[in-house]
Amino acid sequence: MKDHLRRMKALIVKEFVQILRDPSSLMIAFVLPVILLFLYGYGVSLDAREVKLGVAVQDQGKEADHLAAAFLASPYFRAHLSRDERILEQELMAGRLRGLVVIPEDFSRQVEKGAGLGRLQVIADGSETNTANYVQNYAQGVVATWWAMRQRDHAVDKQSGPQLLTRIWFNPELESRNSLIPGALAIIMAIIGTLLTALVVAREWERGTMEALMATPVAIAELIIGKLIPYFILGMLAMLGSVAISVVLFDLPFRGSLPALLLSSGAFLLAALGQGLLISSAAKNQFIAAMVAMITGFLPAFLLSGFIFEIASMPPMVRALTHIIPARYLVTNLQTLFLVGDVWPLLLPNVFILLLLAAVLFFLTARKTVKRLR
Amino acid sequence: MPAASLVIENLTYSYGKQLPLALAEFSATIRPGIVTGLVGPDGAGKTTLIRLMTALLLPSTGSIKVFGLDTRTDASQLHQIIGYMPQKFGLYEDLSVLQNLRLYADLQNVTGTKRQQVFQRLLTFTGLEPFQGRLAGRLSGGMKQKLGLACALIRKPRLLLLDEPSVGVDPVSRRELWRMVQELVDAETAVIWSTAYLDEAELCQKVLLLDGGRLLFSGSPREMTERVAGRCFQVQGISSNRRQVLSRALQQEGVQDGIVQGQNVRIVLRDGHAQPTLEVLEAGAEARLVPVAPRFEDAYVDALGGGPGGISALAAAMAPLSGDREVTVEAVGLTKRFGDFTAINDVSFAIHRGEIFGLLGPNGAGKSTTFKMMCGLLRPSGGNGRVVGLDLQKAPGKARSRLGYMAQKFSLYGDLSARQNLEFFSGVYGLTGVRQQETVTRMIDIFGLQPHLKDSAKDLPLGFKQRLALACSVMHEPAVLFLDEPTSGVDPLTRREFWTHINGLVERGVTVLVTTHFMDEAEYCDRIGLIYRGQMIASGPPDELKAQTATEQMPDPTLEEAFIAMLQQWDAKNEEAS
Amino acid sequence: MFNRIHALIIKELLALLRDKKSRIVLIVPPLIQLFIFSFAATQEVKNQTLAILNLDHGRPALTLEQDFTAASTFSEVLQLQRAEEIPAVIDQQQAIAVLWIPEDFSRDIEAGRAAQASFILDGRKTNAAQIVQGYALSILNSYRAKLINNGQQAGVSLVSRNWFNPNLDFRWYTVPSLVCILTTVIGLLVTGLSVAREREMGTFEQLLVSPLHPLEILLGKALPALLVAMIEGAFIVLVGVFLLRVPFNGSLLLLFGSMAVFLLAIIGVGLFVSSLSMTQQQAVLGAFMFLVPAVILSGFASPIENMPHWLQTISYANPLRYFMTIVRGVFLKDVSAAIVWSQTWPMAIIACVNLCAATWLFKKRME
Repeated sequence: MKDHLRRMKALIVKEFVQILRDPSSLMIAFVLPVILLFLYGYGVSLDAREVKLGVAVQDQGKEADHLAAAFLASPYFRAHLSRDERILEQELMAGRLRGLVVIPEDFSRQVEKGAGLGRLQVIADGSETNTANYVQNYAQGVVATWWAMRQRDHAVDKQSGPQLLTRIWFNPELESRNSLIPGALAIIMAIIGTLLTALVVAREWERGTMEALMATPVAIAELIIGKLIPYFILGMLAMLGSVAISVVLFDLPFRGSLPALLLSSGAFLLAALGQGLLISSAAKNQFIAAMVAMITGFLPAFLLSGFIFEIASMPPMVRALTHIIPARYLVTNLQTLFLVGDVWPLLLPNVFILLLLAAVLFFLTARKTVKRLR
Repeated sequence: MPAASLVIENLTYSYGKQLPLALAEFSATIRPGIVTGLVGPDGAGKTTLIRLMTALLLPSTGSIKVFGLDTRTDASQLHQIIGYMPQKFGLYEDLSVLQNLRLYADLQNVTGTKRQQVFQRLLTFTGLEPFQGRLAGRLSGGMKQKLGLACALIRKPRLLLLDEPSVGVDPVSRRELWRMVQELVDAETAVIWSTAYLDEAELCQKVLLLDGGRLLFSGSPREMTERVAGRCFQVQGISSNRRQVLSRALQQEGVQDGIVQGQNVRIVLRDGHAQPTLEVLEAGAEARLVPVAPRFEDAYVDALGGGPGGISALAAAMAPLSGDREVTVEAVGLTKRFGDFTAINDVSFAIHRGEIFGLLGPNGAGKSTTFKMMCGLLRPSGGNGRVVGLDLQKAPGKARSRLGYMAQKFSLYGDLSARQNLEFFSGVYGLTGVRQQETVTRMIDIFGLQPHLKDSAKDLPLGFKQRLALACSVMHEPAVLFLDEPTSGVDPLTRREFWTHINGLVERGVTVLVTTHFMDEAEYCDRIGLIYRGQMIASGPPDELKAQTATEQMPDPTLEEAFIAMLQQWDAKNEEAS
Repeated sequence: MFNRIHALIIKELLALLRDKKSRIVLIVPPLIQLFIFSFAATQEVKNQTLAILNLDHGRPALTLEQDFTAASTFSEVLQLQRAEEIPAVIDQQQAIAVLWIPEDFSRDIEAGRAAQASFILDGRKTNAAQIVQGYALSILNSYRAKLINNGQQAGVSLVSRNWFNPNLDFRWYTVPSLVCILTTVIGLLVTGLSVAREREMGTFEQLLVSPLHPLEILLGKALPALLVAMIEGAFIVLVGVFLLRVPFNGSLLLLFGSMAVFLLAIIGVGLFVSSLSMTQQQAVLGAFMFLVPAVILSGFASPIENMPHWLQTISYANPLRYFMTIVRGVFLKDVSAAIVWSQTWPMAIIACVNLCAATWLFKKRME
């Protein structure tokens, strides 16, 4: 037993020295997370603000002016007014406008007549599908608000009718950063756990150090644990650092507890490391290892974890696939820990599934790795 | 006689059903207390055999027992008692010398006070004591191998397996490695040393000669060497061209092997054949045929059926270069500084047309730096290098189209087939159309590449890689050939074939600059420059250098002995001066 | 000169395509990405669960409940009994939102008072929450219109149209974007690894001692990459149009013309990274360090207008930004040559700068 421990310790110390000496692993562990956090903190924002919208005011009436003013005042749009619809259409074509509101000639007359909005149109650029959705929704909103104000001012109808009071829990301002950064953290951990681990083991094969290790009394389990612990610690450090940056620099709330964070991210890292080790036991060259790690680790963490793209909206086949993607569980847990708190009935089953995935991956790795060259 | 430590019975190993057997019906015993040499041409199965002994590969049929442990069933106990140094030893280059030692000590369960003693002994032993904190990646080739050996020796193994430990290592370090292993061997330890250097094999108490996965010979080197006793001669006092003498000798039916040794030519006769007459060799009036003591290498070539013939089809197909013996390669005051460190200080030499110039020197002395500056890969900090009268820095394209270059690693495109490599390199040197196709076809014929034309270069046997690399570097009929350790790790037969071509090309007027660690190879050179600590400390024909270092104790030094003596003299002189 | 470059190009293509593994790496990952991405990368919101707590049994309340359950966004409805259940349902993500109709809702409506229902959303999933909120408001709008119409007045209605993508099919957006991203990956990977691989193999020195001029070596690296990436791009366009059924309305000439300019810019980056790296691992990492920010700042994941101004300024140096606009425009909008040109010339400038920088670094690192 003493021998086991000492050998493992020696392997772990060796791994740490290598990590500290190799700039590229330090880059992946500490520089890449910072870059990713900044990009997700600033670069990716799903909150539509100042969407460029053209307003074609073909009507000279007062109501048309009021409505156009309402668009100008909206924080969601940067409105460009013009009398000529064709100019705005060309701008839409060139991608300089994302949508177009056409206020038709007889608009004011129709409204004053009490005949509703007439042929008021909203045209969105469908080639920017998501933005088109916003244009439609927010334009509706602007018109509805304007209409409600007008009704009240004109006191045509005292009845207020049904109201829907919407409240958004945990993230009242719907700050998209709040849900994107937990996703970015999952990506960072997937890169460290899977890509880096797969690369360093492949490197040992390429440099011939693995062959030398194999001929010593070291056991397979010791080799695996000797890789596992250093990268586990590295991943946890990168994680804690990233959480600190998110809270301090990006003003994210953190409403969960530290033990819950450590538990969730620890369970995820085990699964990610298991995946990295499994890849490296099959791919003994760095190029192939990097490719496989990208396809099975990084891309799913990005695409199928549900942080940008809704899992529920995916076709059933893809949705089924997401169940074996560890990042999916981590994203849910992190979003909950940042924004809600320790919701154990949600967190624990996810942790359990992650541990289960890790166990399966380690089992496969141990079975695939033999102390043999081929 | 002590009991056998390693028993191999009917061992067969195959890498795949389609492939020929890597080892076939192999049986041998290896006993402790001696160093057993493992020799054989490339692809003979040496590395496979060693890996089978470490239980990193398992036999297809048959068995290997190491001190009674079967490699199939007792691998974990086996790993407790072996020390293994793979071909590219698994040093962690980003760990320091001491960190590497500590790691392997922990893995080998060497702890406590014993460990300190072992470290102390190994560090002194290897001369690495002053470099404990240096990263393994920054050590010179020779020091790396010594550290590798030290790591394999931490817990004194009962079976030590060394796979070509001396490839790319200079003669001084090679001797030290050998001494370290000799000191280790006691009655209980068995050592297996695989090598392509036959002078090393000659020092082993026992050798196993493998060819094509089969055991050709097992016994003491002397026993094998005796097979060629009385058949070895040296042609001395040659006044004509010694390369032509060799070529003529090798065309004689009775001569099965021959090499250049300085000013002389060494030949080995076929069994039962008479010596050739000196008239046939046209060696000149003073020439005489002197019987010499046989060497293991002579017996090795004999056992493998003799060396290649003496005529280079490559040279025959090449038009002779016109011109006199003017200087074609010239270094004038070459200096290279990396920051504060002066790697090369004021090195000058001139090589004439049709001359072979060898650059020798220990690992890390500046040999490669000089070489790289000469072929334009490094920009000199001072002085300049000229090839066929052109400054490489000023007219690079023009100068480069006249030179051929072949590196140690045979820089071929591994993913391209043999033919595609030929087509690529001929294209790069501006050959097109019919002329290109003709040249490629000629190369294929000359080097016998036909059977491997469609194979990827990385899958070729080492010997074919070497041939292909040479073909690629001479297709454009260069006036100057730069060879960087061209036969490192290659077996003696392939090496002979290579030098037949080089000798032939030189006779056609090609100038050759070669770096090497093989003293046999250095003997082919017309002149040698010895680089040490960034300076050229001696230069001249091999025989002259030998004569310079001859003493009473050592009246007829080998080139290797001369080489070592010169380094020692230089060190002694400099110590006095400081 | 032409012959030498020809030899280099043939060599580079063979090195890339002869090995089975590298052929697979060139073809399989892009296809997997294309398919998974185009199915998975949707920001639509579908198949959501809605929880309803209806404490009122009047007709207006039932109608409102039915209007919500009928909405296509919500595939499942969870009926709640008590208000105390709400926190758990939201916290544990059993539903994206809760519609809470209080006891006196119908009474207030009938009495002409302001009737109020609550709609509580899970803010963890910002995008989904935002869109569901929009749906809820429009459901309520039409509900209100129905109420008022039953009385006497015409409702507020608005004609909405989406040009170029009438049904806002997300795949029409993803596939053109993927054409850009995948050609970037290929162009970057092929050039990024090429010099580093030759350095590791030792063949680089062999090239350097040959009569090849550094520019010839660079051209020999750039042209095959351009060719491979263009073919790969064409292949992705074909798969997108014929297998994934995305319409292609514009001009192929404009698409491939601008693609060539775009790829030159990317190849410049790849060669730069490659000249800088000593090993393939460093080259992979370097390519990665460019790729991730470039994709994020391209306007693919979120519109560039949403970024802070300093980041928008930086994104002008990102060739992907222009090419995204072009490809989407050519695919769906059939944009004119003038519009394509307005996005191409900035890429041409970037390409020049990148290629010059790569050449400079390459020459500098020759030793």
